Amino acid sequence: MLTLSHYLILAAILFAIGVVGIFLNRKNLIVLLMSIELMLLAVNTNFIAFSRFMNDVDGQVFVFFILVVAAAEAAIGLAVLVVLFRNLKTIHVDDLDRLNG
Amino acid sequence: MDLKSLSLVAVFAPLAGALVAGLFCRVIARSVAHTAAIAGVATAFVAALLAFREVAGGARFNGTVYQWLTTGDYAFEVGFLIDPLTVSMMLVVTFVSLMVHIYTIGYMRDDPGYNRFFSYISLFTFSMLMLVMSNNFMQLFFGWEAVGLVSYLLIGFWYTRPTAIFANLKAFLVNRVGDFGFLLGIGLVLAYFGTLDYAAVFARVPALVGETIPLFGADVAAVSVITAICILLFIGAMGKSAQVPLHVWLPDSMEGPTPISALIHAATMVTAGIFMVARMSPLFELSDTALSFIVIIGAITALFMGFLGIIQNDIKRVVAYSTLSQLGYMTVALGVSAYPVAIFHLTTHAFFKALLFLAAGSVIMAMHHDQDIRRMGGLARYLPVTWITSLIGSLALIGTPLFAGFYSKDSIIEAVEASSIPGAGLAYGALLIGVFVTAFYSFRMFFLVFHGKERFGAASHGAGGHAAHDEHASHDEHQGLPPGEKPHESPWVVTLPLILLAIPSLLIGYVAIEPMLFGGWFADAILIDEVAHPGMRELAEHFHGAAAMALHGLSSAPFWLASSGVALAWFLYLRRPDLPAVWQARLGPLNTVLENKYYFDRFYETVFAGGARLLGRGFWQGGDVRVIDGFINGSARFVGWAAAVLRFLQSGRIYHYAFTMIFGLLVLMTLTLWVGRA
Amino acid sequence: MTLAEMPFILPDLRPASAELFVLAMACLILFVDLFVKDTRRTAVFALTQLTLVGAAVVTWAGTSGEVVYTFSNMYVHDFLADMLKQLLYLTDIIVLFYARAYVVDRPLLGRGEFYTLTLFATLGMMVMISANHFITIFLGVELLSLSLYAMVALNRDSATAAEAAMKYLVLGALASGLMLYGMSMIYGAVGSLEIGEVAERLQAGVANHSILVLGLVFLVAGLAFKLGVVPFHMWIPDVYHGAPTAVGLFIGTAPKLAAFAIVLRILANGLLTLSYDWQMMLLIMAVLSIVLGNVAAIAQHNFKRMLAYSAIAHMGFMLLGLAVGVVGGDARFTLNAYSSALFYVVIYVLSSAGAFGMILLMARAGFEAEDLDDYKGLNRRNPWFAAMLMMLMLSMAGIPFFVGFFAKFAVLQAVVASGQIWLAVVAVIFSLIGAFYYLRVVKLMYFDAPADPTPIQAPLEVKALISANGLAVALLGLFPDTLMWFCLLAIRLSLSVFA
Repeated sequence: MLTLSHYLILAAILFAIGVVGIFLNRKNLIVLLMSIELMLLAVNTNFIAFSRFMNDVDGQVFVFFILVVAAAEAAIGLAVLVVLFRNLKTIHVDDLDRLNG
Repeated sequence: MDLKSLSLVAVFAPLAGALVAGLFCRVIARSVAHTAAIAGVATAFVAALLAFREVAGGARFNGTVYQWLTTGDYAFEVGFLIDPLTVSMMLVVTFVSLMVHIYTIGYMRDDPGYNRFFSYISLFTFSMLMLVMSNNFMQLFFGWEAVGLVSYLLIGFWYTRPTAIFANLKAFLVNRVGDFGFLLGIGLVLAYFGTLDYAAVFARVPALVGETIPLFGADVAAVSVITAICILLFIGAMGKSAQVPLHVWLPDSMEGPTPISALIHAATMVTAGIFMVARMSPLFELSDTALSFIVIIGAITALFMGFLGIIQNDIKRVVAYSTLSQLGYMTVALGVSAYPVAIFHLTTHAFFKALLFLAAGSVIMAMHHDQDIRRMGGLARYLPVTWITSLIGSLALIGTPLFAGFYSKDSIIEAVEASSIPGAGLAYGALLIGVFVTAFYSFRMFFLVFHGKERFGAASHGAGGHAAHDEHASHDEHQGLPPGEKPHESPWVVTLPLILLAIPSLLIGYVAIEPMLFGGWFADAILIDEVAHPGMRELAEHFHGAAAMALHGLSSAPFWLASSGVALAWFLYLRRPDLPAVWQARLGPLNTVLENKYYFDRFYETVFAGGARLLGRGFWQGGDVRVIDGFINGSARFVGWAAAVLRFLQSGRIYHYAFTMIFGLLVLMTLTLWVGRA
Repeated sequence: MTLAEMPFILPDLRPASAELFVLAMACLILFVDLFVKDTRRTAVFALTQLTLVGAAVVTWAGTSGEVVYTFSNMYVHDFLADMLKQLLYLTDIIVLFYARAYVVDRPLLGRGEFYTLTLFATLGMMVMISANHFITIFLGVELLSLSLYAMVALNRDSATAAEAAMKYLVLGALASGLMLYGMSMIYGAVGSLEIGEVAERLQAGVANHSILVLGLVFLVAGLAFKLGVVPFHMWIPDVYHGAPTAVGLFIGTAPKLAAFAIVLRILANGLLTLSYDWQMMLLIMAVLSIVLGNVAAIAQHNFKRMLAYSAIAHMGFMLLGLAVGVVGGDARFTLNAYSSALFYVVIYVLSSAGAFGMILLMARAGFEAEDLDDYKGLNRRNPWFAAMLMMLMLSMAGIPFFVGFFAKFAVLQAVVASGQIWLAVVAVIFSLIGAFYYLRVVKLMYFDAPADPTPIQAPLEVKALISANGLAVALLGLFPDTLMWFCLLAIRLSLSVFA
C-alpha cells in the first residue's frame, strides 16, 4: 500500500536530483534545462499526491499551470541557448564567466 | 513682529539669497549675485537684532513652525527655540557672516566661481541658523550635517588644487567619526526619552537619573544612561569643534578660500559643538564623568595645539592652530560647568578670530597669494589698516586687559581654578601655559608679517624648504609678489569688515561681561547645578565690575605670562632674528615632533592603514588600490579588502551561484527548523 | 454531475479591468507592429505609452479603498494594489522615455518586441500585485520573468547579454522551483492555495508544523530571489551588467514594486501566524544584504554593477522594515513597519530609475557610459545633469534633506521601535560605509577632469524627465508627508490584520 509519504519522498528525491544537477553539472547547458524540468516535475508529483490524499482538486489544477509554464520556460531557455551558441560557439557551462566580480 | 516671524525671516532670508545666487549663477551678473546674498544676510542680521531686543524684553518662543512628517509615534518637526542662548548665537552668526559677505566681494574678485561662492556662504548661514535655532535634536542633526556638507563643498572650492581635494576627503571622513557618535547619542536619547524635543527631553531627565545601560551583559559592567548620552554627544562635538584626536581636519581645511576659514572654520561652524554642549547643559550637569572627559580633552587641545602654532610658517595655519587652541579653552569652560563663560568666549573669539583671518586674507592678497610668513616682514608701512586691525585682533586673542579676549579668557581660567571636577587641576596648568604660548605665536606671526626686514619679492619659491609650504608651491594661485613690486593696501570692501570687526574685538568684552555672565542673561537657557559645580557662583562673587576686573588682571598671572610671551617673540623675531634657527637646531627632536604635528596623521595612517594592509596583503596583492585612493582612514582599507574578497566570490559561474542559493536555503532551514525552535 | 450540468458563472471582471485593458492593448500592439514600416517604431512607442496612461485612468476610475475579491478569490482589488499599480505605470512610462533614444540607436533592441514584452511584463507585475492565490502569484511571477529573460537576450549579437539571460533564466527557474516546492508543502499542510483561507486555517491550528515550516523556508527563498537579497542575490550584478542598459533599467525598478506586493501578501496576509519563523529569516537576509551590498559596491568600476550591489543593499534595508512588523501583536508597530518598507521601496524605485536614466542619457550610438570613469568631470560637460545625478546619489546615500535619508530613517525608526537597537546600529554603520561609493561618483563628477570633454546632448523630454526625477528626490525630502500618508493608508486599508 502506497502512502502519502512514499510520494513525498519520491518527489523530494527527484527535486534534490534536479537541484544537484544544476550545481554539479559543469558541462552542458542543456542538462541544466533538464534539471529545471525535473525540479518542476517533482513539484507536480507533490501537488498531485497532496491533492489526491486530501480530496481537493486545486492542487491538480495548479499542476496544469505549472506544466504550461514549464513548456514556455523551456522554449525561452532553448531560444536563449541558441543565441548563446551563435555568439560564443559553445554551450559549456564553464564558458559562461565573462560577467563576474 | 513677533519672535516667530522674526525667526522665520532670519532663517529664510539667507536661503533666498543663496537660491538666487546659486540657481542663476550662470546667467546673472556678479553684482546681482552679491547684492542678493548680502541683502539676505543683512536682513537676517536685522531680524536677529530685533529678536535680541524682544528676548531682552523677556519674550521667548518655543514651538513648531512646520510639521514635516509623522511616522510611528514620532513626529518630525521643524521648530524654533528662541531664548537668550539662541539670540546670542544668531547675532554672532549673522554679523560675522555679513562681514564675510562684504569682504568676499574684494577677496574673490578675480575668481570665476564668484556667484557660486556667494551662494554657498549664504547657504551656510542658513544651515547654521537652522542649527542654532532648532528646538529638537533632529533639526539640530540636520543643521549639523548641512553645515558639514557646505563646509565640505567650500574646502574643495578650488577643486583644481589636488591638496584641496585631499583636505576635503579628510574633513569628510574625520567628521563621519564624530557624527557617528553624535547619531548614536541622539539614538539613545530617542530610545530612552521617547522624544527628540529639547524641552520634553529636559523635563524627563530627572526620571532617568540612576538608570544604567548594561555593557557586555548585565552583570559585567554598566554605564549610566546620561553619561553614555553625554559622552556620545560630545564625541560629535569633538568632530565638529576639532578637539584632539579628531582635530586633524581643521588645519588642512585651510585649503579653502580665506573668507571660508574666517566664517566656517573660526567663527561659526566649529563652535557648533560648543553651542550644542551648552544647549544640553541640563543633561551634562548630571554626569561628572562626562564633564571630566570634556575638561581633559579640552585642556589637551588648548595646550598642544598652541605649541603647533609656534612652528607654522603658513599665515593661515598659524591662525588655524590658534583656533584649535581657543576651541580647547571653550571646551574646558564647558567641562567645568561654566557654560555662559564658554559661550562668552565663543562670542568674543568669533569677532577677533574672524578679524584675524580676514586680516590674514588681506595680507595674502597684498602678497599675491603667497602665504609664507618668512617671506613677508615690514608690511605695516604698506597695509596700515590691516596692521592696526591685526594688532587689535592679536591683543584681543592674547588677553590684554580691556580687550574682548581678556574678559572671556580670564573668566575661563578663574572658573577652572574654582572647579573641583577631576581633571580641572591639570586643565588649569595647561591653560596657563597656553596663555604664554598663545601670546608667543600670535606675536611671532605679527612681528614676522608686519615688522622687521622686508623679505618679500626677493627670493624665488622653494627657498624655505619647509614641508608645510612646499605642498602649495606648485599651485598657480601662489604666485607671490614679483621682485621689486611693493604690496598695496586692499580695497575698502576688504578693510571695512576689518574695521567693523575690530570694534567688537575691542569692546564687546567690556560691555557684555556683566550682563552676559552675571546678569542672569542665560538663567533660563542654561542650567547649572550650583551645589555640585560652584564655579560660576564663585566667579560672580569675585566680580566687581569690568573695569575693576581689568585692573585686577594687570597683576594676575595670565597677564604676566602673556606679556612675557610677547616679549620673547619680540626678542627672538625682531631683536635677534638669528636665534630661532639656532634654537631650532638645538631642540632638534622636539622640533621634529612638532613639525609632524605629534604624528597624529602618521599614526592614523600607519596603525589603522598598516594593520589592515598586513592582514589583507595575501588576498589583495593584485587587488584594487584605486578604490581607496585618497583615503587616510585605515578601516576603509579593510573595507576595500573585504570588497575585493566579495568580488572574488562573485565568480561568474552559474553553479557557484546556484550552490550559494541552495547553501543559503539549507542554512535558513537549519535555523528555522532546529535552532530557532530550541 | 455531467459536463453539461456544470454551471459557468462569469466572474466579476470589473476589478480586473486594468489588467484586461493592458492585455488587450498588448495583443493589439503586437499585431500593429507587424504593419509598422517606420524603423523608429514611433507608433508602437506612442501606443505603449498610451496603454500605460489608459491603464492608469482605468485603475483610477476603479479606486475605492474597499477590498474586493474576484475570480473565486484568486484575485484581490484593494488600495495597496491600486497604489502600487499606479506607481508601476509611472515607472514604466519613465523607463520607456529614458530608454527611447537608446533603443532607437540600437536596431536589435528597438524592435516592437521591446515594447510588447514591456507590456507583458507589466501585466505579469499587475497580476502579482493583485494576486490572492498561489496559482495567480505563480502565473504573475512567471509572466514577468519569462518576459524579462527574453528582454535581456533581445540584443542577440551581444555575448554578455546572452550570458546574462542564460544565468538569469537558470537561476530564476531554480528560484521558481524552490518557491513552487514551498507552495506544495504549504498546500499539503494547510489544504488550501488561497491566501485568505491559508491564514484562517493556520489560525485554527495545523497538525503538521514541520512540513509547514519547511514549505515556508522554500517559499521565502523563492521570494528572496525575486527581491534579490543575500544569499539569493548572485544573479543581480551579472544581469544588471550584462543586460542592455534599457532593460537593466526596467529590471532594476518596476519588479521591486511587484515583489514587495507578493512578499507582503504571502507573509503578512497569509502566513502571519508563522511570523516568528519568517521574521527571523528576513532579518538574517536583510543584515547580510546590507553588509554585502554596501561593501561589494565599493570595489566596482562599472556603474551598472555598482548600482546592482546598491540595489542589494537597498532591498536588504527594505526587508528590515518587513522583518520587524510583528511585535507582541501590537498592530500599530505592524502598520508603522510595513508602511516604512513600502515608502522605502517606492523611493528606491524612483532614485534607481533616475540613476539608470543617467546612464542611458550618457550613452550614444555605439558607446555605453558604463564605467565610473565615464562620469569624470561631468560637471564641466553638463553641470545640470551633474547636479541631478548628485542629488540622486546623495539621496541613495541617505544624506539628510534628501528623501533617501527619510526612507532610511523611517525603517530604522521601526527597527528601534521593535526593540532591536543593535540591528539599527549595524544598518547605520554599513549605510555610512555605503555612502562612500555614492560620494565617489559625486567626487568623480565634480573634482576630476573629463576624459572626453564633449558636452552632452539629450532630447528635451528626457532632459525634463531627468530633471523632474532629480528634483523629486530633493522635493520629496522636504515634503515626504503626503507620500508617507499614502503608504500608511495603503497598508491600513489593505492588510487583513487591520480589517
